[in-house]
Amino acid sequence: MARINLDHIRHAYGIRPTSPNDYALREVHHEWADGGAYALLGPSGCGKTTLLNIISGIVRPSEGHILFDGKDVTHLPTEERNIAQVFQFPVVYDTMTVYDNLAFPLRNRNVPEDLVATRVKHILEMLELTDRADKKARGLTADQKQKISLGRGLVRSDVNAILFDEPLTVIDPHLKWVLRSQLKQLHRHSKFTMVYVTHDQTEALTFADKVVVMYDGQIVQIGTPAELFEKPKHTFVGYFIGSPGMNVFPVEIAGKKARIGNVSVDIGFAPKISKGQKTELGIRPEFMDITRKGMPMTIRKVEDIGRQKIVRGELAGQAVSIVMKEGSDIPADPHVSFRDEGINIYADSWRVGQED
Amino acid sequence: MDKTWNNRAWFMVLPAFLVVAFSAIIPLMTVVNYSVQDTFGNNEFFWAGTEWFTDVLDSDRFWGALKRNLLFSFLILVIEIPLGVFIALHMPRKGIGVPICLVTMAMPLLIPWNVVGTIFQLMLRSDIGLVGYTLAKMGISFNYAGSPIDAWITVVGMDVWHWTSLVVLLAYAGLVSIPDAYYQAAKIDGASRFSVFRYIQLPKMKRVLMIAFLLRFMDSFMIYTEPFVATGGGPGTSTTFLSIDLVKMAIGQFDLGPAAAMSIIYFLIILLLSWVFYTVMTNTDAQS
Amino acid sequence: MLEFINVSKVVSGQTHIHPTNLVLERGTLNVLLGPTLSGKTSLLRLMAGLDKPTSGSVRFNGENVTGLPVQRRNVAMVYQQFINYPSMTVYENIASPLRVAGESADVIDREVKKVADLMRLSPLLDRLPLSLSGGQQQRTALARAIVKKASLVLLDEPLANLDYKLREEMREELPKIFAASGSIFVYATTEPSEALLLGGNTATLHQGRVSQFGKTVSVYRNPRDLITARTFSDPPINTHTAVKEGKNFVLLEKEAGGKGKATKITLPVPAHLATVADGPVTLGVQPHHLSLEEPYAKAPSLKVKTQVSEIAGSESFVHVLFGDKRWVILEHGVRNIDPDLDIDVYLDTRHLMAFGSDGMTLAGTAG
Repeated sequence: MARINLDHIRHAYGIRPTSPNDYALREVHHEWADGGAYALLGPSGCGKTTLLNIISGIVRPSEGHILFDGKDVTHLPTEERNIAQVFQFPVVYDTMTVYDNLAFPLRNRNVPEDLVATRVKHILEMLELTDRADKKARGLTADQKQKISLGRGLVRSDVNAILFDEPLTVIDPHLKWVLRSQLKQLHRHSKFTMVYVTHDQTEALTFADKVVVMYDGQIVQIGTPAELFEKPKHTFVGYFIGSPGMNVFPVEIAGKKARIGNVSVDIGFAPKISKGQKTELGIRPEFMDITRKGMPMTIRKVEDIGRQKIVRGELAGQAVSIVMKEGSDIPADPHVSFRDEGINIYADSWRVGQED
Repeated sequence: MDKTWNNRAWFMVLPAFLVVAFSAIIPLMTVVNYSVQDTFGNNEFFWAGTEWFTDVLDSDRFWGALKRNLLFSFLILVIEIPLGVFIALHMPRKGIGVPICLVTMAMPLLIPWNVVGTIFQLMLRSDIGLVGYTLAKMGISFNYAGSPIDAWITVVGMDVWHWTSLVVLLAYAGLVSIPDAYYQAAKIDGASRFSVFRYIQLPKMKRVLMIAFLLRFMDSFMIYTEPFVATGGGPGTSTTFLSIDLVKMAIGQFDLGPAAAMSIIYFLIILLLSWVFYTVMTNTDAQS
Repeated sequence: MLEFINVSKVVSGQTHIHPTNLVLERGTLNVLLGPTLSGKTSLLRLMAGLDKPTSGSVRFNGENVTGLPVQRRNVAMVYQQFINYPSMTVYENIASPLRVAGESADVIDREVKKVADLMRLSPLLDRLPLSLSGGQQQRTALARAIVKKASLVLLDEPLANLDYKLREEMREELPKIFAASGSIFVYATTEPSEALLLGGNTATLHQGRVSQFGKTVSVYRNPRDLITARTFSDPPINTHTAVKEGKNFVLLEKEAGGKGKATKITLPVPAHLATVADGPVTLGVQPHHLSLEEPYAKAPSLKVKTQVSEIAGSESFVHVLFGDKRWVILEHGVRNIDPDLDIDVYLDTRHLMAFGSDGMTLAGTAG
C-alpha cells in the first residue's frame, strides 16, 4: 500500500517530440493517497493506458518522475516496484492448479510454505474460489480466471498498488455485475491502493472513490463520482459521463440570465465572463422535467429503455435529451423546465461557478 | 464448419488428382503387384502370395535396418527438438534482428539433400576437408568411411545441421504468439527465467512442438539421400537404413519381389506411426 | 421476408441451434439478444448462408434458399472486429461490392459518396483503414455493408470493440441508417440495454434456443419464461423461490451460507397474479422495482443486509443479501449506503413476476 506521486510526467512515444501533439501524455502532476480506489476514465487514445503503464513500469516516461511513498521508482523495472496488474484478458498459468497459481508469487519470493498456505487460503475465501482450489486453472471460466489474476496480486502483502487494465472486457454482462461489486468489496477489505483503467463510465463511477477523467493526454477533472456528475468542470466531462451525456447549449449571458435562442433561463448568479469567450449552458438530462409549463420544445423520438424513458427533441433550435421515469406520461404540448441544481455555466468549455 | 455445396470445386481438384494418380497411385499399385509375385526374368511372373512378406519379416537384414532407423530417429528428436527450442527462445522477437535471424534460420532448409550430403562429405575428409583436416591436425582421428561411430556422427550431424531450423521456426512461431501480458505478469509475480519457460512458454508451444515432433520423426524415418551420398550406407551396413537397403535390393540386386514387399511394410509402418501421432495430437487438442 | 422453418444446426454431436422457427419481415430491425455462446453467431451464419442447416429450410421471399451459398444471396455482414480490405482506401473499400456487381463508374461514385456522407466518412475517403480510429474503421465496414443495398444485413456485435461513449453515439445513428433502407437488419448483442435502445424486434437466445421473439418492449415487459426474463435484465433480475398459499406468497429465507433455520416471510399476492394456481413458484422482481423508500402506501418490505453500493452517475446500485441470495436494487440519485447494515427494502408488487417450476411465466404482469 503506497502513496503514489506523479511528478510532472510527460510522455511521447516517438523519439523527438517537437509539438504538444506528439505527446501521448501531456503534463500530469498529481498525488494519490494511500489505500484509495482510483479510476482512469477516458475515450480510446486519451493516454490512460500509457499512464497506467508508466505506473507499472512497462513504460518509462520521457519526462518527470514517479514516486511510491516518496521513493523515486522512475528507473526501477516492473518486478522491483511491488505492484500487481490485472490485464484485459485473464493471465493464468494453465498447467498449475488454482492454489498453485495463487501461491506462485509468494513461492518465487521464498516465503515459507506455512505462511503461503495461510495467505492463499485467505485469498481463496475472499474470491469465493475455495472449492476450486485443486482444479487446473485451464478449465475455468473467464471471470474465475480474472479472479485468479487478481488473487495473485492480493496474495502479496507487500504490494504497493494493484493496477487494472480494463479487466472486465472479456466478462459476460450479467457476470460483470457480480465481479464489479466483488472488486469493490475486495478493495474495502484489503485497503490496497487500486488504480482502474476503463472507458466505461459505469465501471469507473461504481468502483472508484475518485475518478480521473482524461482526454487527449491530459487530466481534465479529478473528483468523486458525485462531483463529476453534478458539477462537471469541463464540457467534455459533462459529455463523457452520463448516459445520455449532458446537454450543452450555446447561450448569451446577460446578468443573471442565459439566453438560449429566444428563451431565457434564470441562473441565479452573474457569472464572470470575459469578452470573446464562448459561453455555454450545460444541464444533464436527469435534471430536466417535461411538464405543461416552461420552455416550449418539440419531441422527435421517445426511447423506452425499460426503467427509464429518453426523450429526444429540440429546444430553441438545439438538440436536447431528457430522461423521464418509467411509466411517466408525456404531455401533448411539451414544455421543458430546468432544475436549478443542474445548471452549469461554461466559458470556453470550462465551468464558471458562483464562487469564481 | 459445414459449408454450402459447390460442385465447381471438384473440377478444380481434377488436374491435381490426375497428376497424383499418375505419379503415385499407379506406381504404388505396381509395387503391390510386384510384392506378391516372383519372376525369373523374361517378364514371366508367378504368384508368390505372402512369401516375400514372410521372407522380409524373417530376415535379419530387415530388422537390422529397422533398428537403425529407430535409433536414428530417436537421436534426431532428442537433439533437434531441445536444440531448436533453445535457439528459438534466444531469438529476438522485435526489431531488426527478427528478419535477419529468420533468414539465417531458413537458409539450411533450402539446400537440397544430396548437396548437404556432398558438402559434409567433402568437409570431413581428412585430406582436403576443412573440418577433417583440422581434426587430423589436432590429433583426433575421424574417419566416416571407416569407423561406424564416426559415420553415425556424420549422418546425425548432417540432419541436425539441415533440419533443426525447421524446429526453430515452428517453435518461434509458437513463442511469438504469446501475448506480452503473460511476460509482464510473470515479471510482476517475480518468476525466474526457468519458471517463465516452464509455466508460460512451454505450455503455449505444446501444439507447435507436437507438429515439429511429427514432422521430424516422419522425415528422419524416411532418411535416404544424405547418408547415401555421404557414407553410401557404410562402413559395412552401419548406416544402412531401410530406404538405402530397399534401393540396394531393388536396383542393385534387382530383387523386385522382396524390395516391393519391404517397401510396403515400410509404408505401413510409417502410416501406423502417423496415425498414432495424429490421434495423440487431436486428443491433446480436444483436451485443451 | 426471411423465414426459418425448423432450422437446426448440429456440429460433431453438439447441438448449436435447436429447431428454430422465425419470420423476419422486410424493413425491420431484429435484435438477437443473449450471452456469449448462446448461438447468436451460429444463427447469423445460417441466415447468411455461410453454414448449411443440419435440418429444416430457409426461405427468402418465398423462395427456398437453404442450399444456396452466400455469394448468391443478397447479404451483407458486419463483424465485431473491424473487417476492411487493408490494402484498399476507404473509397475503394466502400466501392468493392458495387465493383463486384459490375456497376458503372458513375453509379459507383455517386453511391459511395452518398453512403460516405451518411456515415460521416467523406473527409477520409483517401485513407487506408489501418490509419483510422476504431470507430472510423467500423463505420467503413458498415458503409460497405449498406452501399450494397442488400436485402439482408447482418451485424455481429458490431459495436463491442468500440469504447463506451462511441458505442452510444453509433447506437443512436444506426436506427436512422436502418430506417433509410428497406432491408431486413439482424443485430446480435449481449447487452439488453442495446436491444432496448435499438427498438424493433428482439429474439432472446439461450443455449441455442430462441426463448422468445417479438417487439422488443413487449418481450422486455412480458417475458414468456424465466430464461427470457433473465436474458433481458441488466442488472440481473432478482429471484426467490416461494409457495403460493391462497392470498399469500410464502418465502423461506435461508441464512447466508445455507446453514441455520429458515425464516418464513409472507407477501400478499398482487391483483395481477391472483389467477396463479397454488403451489411452488419462482418470484422475480426487477432491480428498479425495489426501493429504499415506500413506492406507494402499504407496499410490502423485506429485511436485507447491505453489501456494497455503487454510484453510476444519476443512479445507484445497492447490492444486498436477502437471506443467502444476492440481490441488486436500482435507486435514483446518489445513494451511499454503508455495508453490513440491516435495512428494509420495499417491493413494488405491481411489477412482481411469477414463474412456474418449468420456468414459464404465470399470468401476465402489470406492464
